[in-house]
Amino acid sequence: MADIQHLERLASQTRRDIVRMVHAVSSGHPGGSLGCTDFLVALYGEILNHSPENWDMNGVGQDLFFLSNGHISPVWYSVLARNGYFPVKELATFRKLDTRLQGHPTTHEGLPGVRIASGSLGQGLSAALGAASTKKLNNDPNLVYVLMGDGELQEGQVWEAAIYGAAKKVDNIIGVVDYNRRQIDGDVDDVMGLGDLKAKWEAFGWQVLEMEGNDMTNVLSNLKLAKALCGKEKPVIIIMKTEMGNGVDFMMGTHKWHGVAPNDEQLAQALEQLEETLGDY
Amino acid sequence: MVALCADLTGSLKMNDFADKYPDRFFQMGISEANMMGFAAGLTIGDKIPFTGTFANFSTGRVYDQIRQSIAYSGKNVKICASHAGLTLGEDGATHQILEDIGMMKMLPGMVVINPCDFNQTKAATLAIAKHKGPVYLRFGRPKVANFTPEDQEFEIGKAVMINPGTDVTIVATGHLVWKAIEAGEELEKKGISAEIINIHTIKPIDEDAILESIAKTGCVVTAEEHQVFGGLGESVAGVLARKNPVPQEFVGVNDQFGQSGKPDELLDKYGCGSKDIVGAVDRVLKRKK
Repeated sequence: MADIQHLERLASQTRRDIVRMVHAVSSGHPGGSLGCTDFLVALYGEILNHSPENWDMNGVGQDLFFLSNGHISPVWYSVLARNGYFPVKELATFRKLDTRLQGHPTTHEGLPGVRIASGSLGQGLSAALGAASTKKLNNDPNLVYVLMGDGELQEGQVWEAAIYGAAKKVDNIIGVVDYNRRQIDGDVDDVMGLGDLKAKWEAFGWQVLEMEGNDMTNVLSNLKLAKALCGKEKPVIIIMKTEMGNGVDFMMGTHKWHGVAPNDEQLAQALEQLEETLGDY
Repeated sequence: MVALCADLTGSLKMNDFADKYPDRFFQMGISEANMMGFAAGLTIGDKIPFTGTFANFSTGRVYDQIRQSIAYSGKNVKICASHAGLTLGEDGATHQILEDIGMMKMLPGMVVINPCDFNQTKAATLAIAKHKGPVYLRFGRPKVANFTPEDQEFEIGKAVMINPGTDVTIVATGHLVWKAIEAGEELEKKGISAEIINIHTIKPIDEDAILESIAKTGCVVTAEEHQVFGGLGESVAGVLARKNPVPQEFVGVNDQFGQSGKPDELLDKYGCGSKDIVGAVDRVLKRKK
């Protein structure tokens, strides 16, 4: 049994990293990053079969993770660094000239842990299905995970990929939708509602799980359940309910912190709510 | 090596691969955007994907997928694009892409190849499999003369001398190489000695071959089945402007969409026939000196 408290301490530090990173360059996307923190901390800490010290592009013999909604790079960078993919102090270079920690993740600067560029939305599920198919060709039994935003599901390519995954029985992939129901211009329901998301993915032939993305115990149990559902000739998708801005009270309950950085005063206010558990970078 | 096709297996002649290697052939359905992202993903674990669909659906339709998931991500994907240009014929302008070379050569790191006949296309296919990095391979639909020697070595970025000459350099790519050969015969009757160079690789372009030839001839005509904006002609003009400016005339489509018709009718209608190359040579020779 995983030590929930330990994971929650990691998550608190990652949330501090996120707000400090975006504050330092007055840009970046804290809202979705904070909402997905618990999931990524649990995935890298307890679920993935990976070895950061032996990272390579091909990832043969390891699980793979793709971030399709690349704008939440701060949370991914923090989790990668805190798992040993690169030095934690490098988080201070986020979005600065010549950094490996570009605004949106890329392979271009050779950052360990990143296997494809993302930022322009809707492309990650296709890449993940391709990587999962190569795993099958290589007789590699490990799994491929991919995180998407809910607003991102408005992109048509996602549904091309969804049809493919079911039609071709790609059953070594676990998709996760960050269902925070907010996007840049407002609530997803107001911008262009997605309807019954569970019914949609089921109609597209995927096995659907629903998860409370800001409840560490629930995240762990659902990720384990999703793994158990793999290999049954159907792809798996988790609809992960999260709160944009989770962990910082004034960032929750609104879409306004999707892509806005806190000022000095707001940073101080946010850090008061987030315990420094591992030492700031 | 793996192959992907978006519901055009017969048109792309990919059936043999699909039949022989069913595990390594991916039928993607009519979803080109997914195909490009999927191909990028297949490279993770060391596969070399070859995508197959018409040139229009290989480029304009999926430009952002190629840009982000393949080119910027540095993925070893070979984008094989058939039915390019006017000579697609009767299907008309929706399918006759004439902008693809321009779009693809602008992408950092992308190699752009436009072979001229069956033998060169075959040799190019083998060569790009060995090249590490993204490649755009553009070819056409109609049956055309197969004049490249079967054993000719294909070196990416290396021009092929078709016919040495002294009065004018004709630099041609794709189907217009054959048109340039026809034009060269006409010019010879008029007493004009044309040096004909086949540029199969538009990026990286063979600067040395171009500069060496124009040092001798002092003028150049470029010929391509593509918009003059953004195509081979502009690449050659860039070389000349930087290294040795000489008069240049452009044979290509001039800011127009095509239409339905037979391949040769269309090449003539849009100024891409052998007589258009002869006309361009006449113009450029007048500008010389």
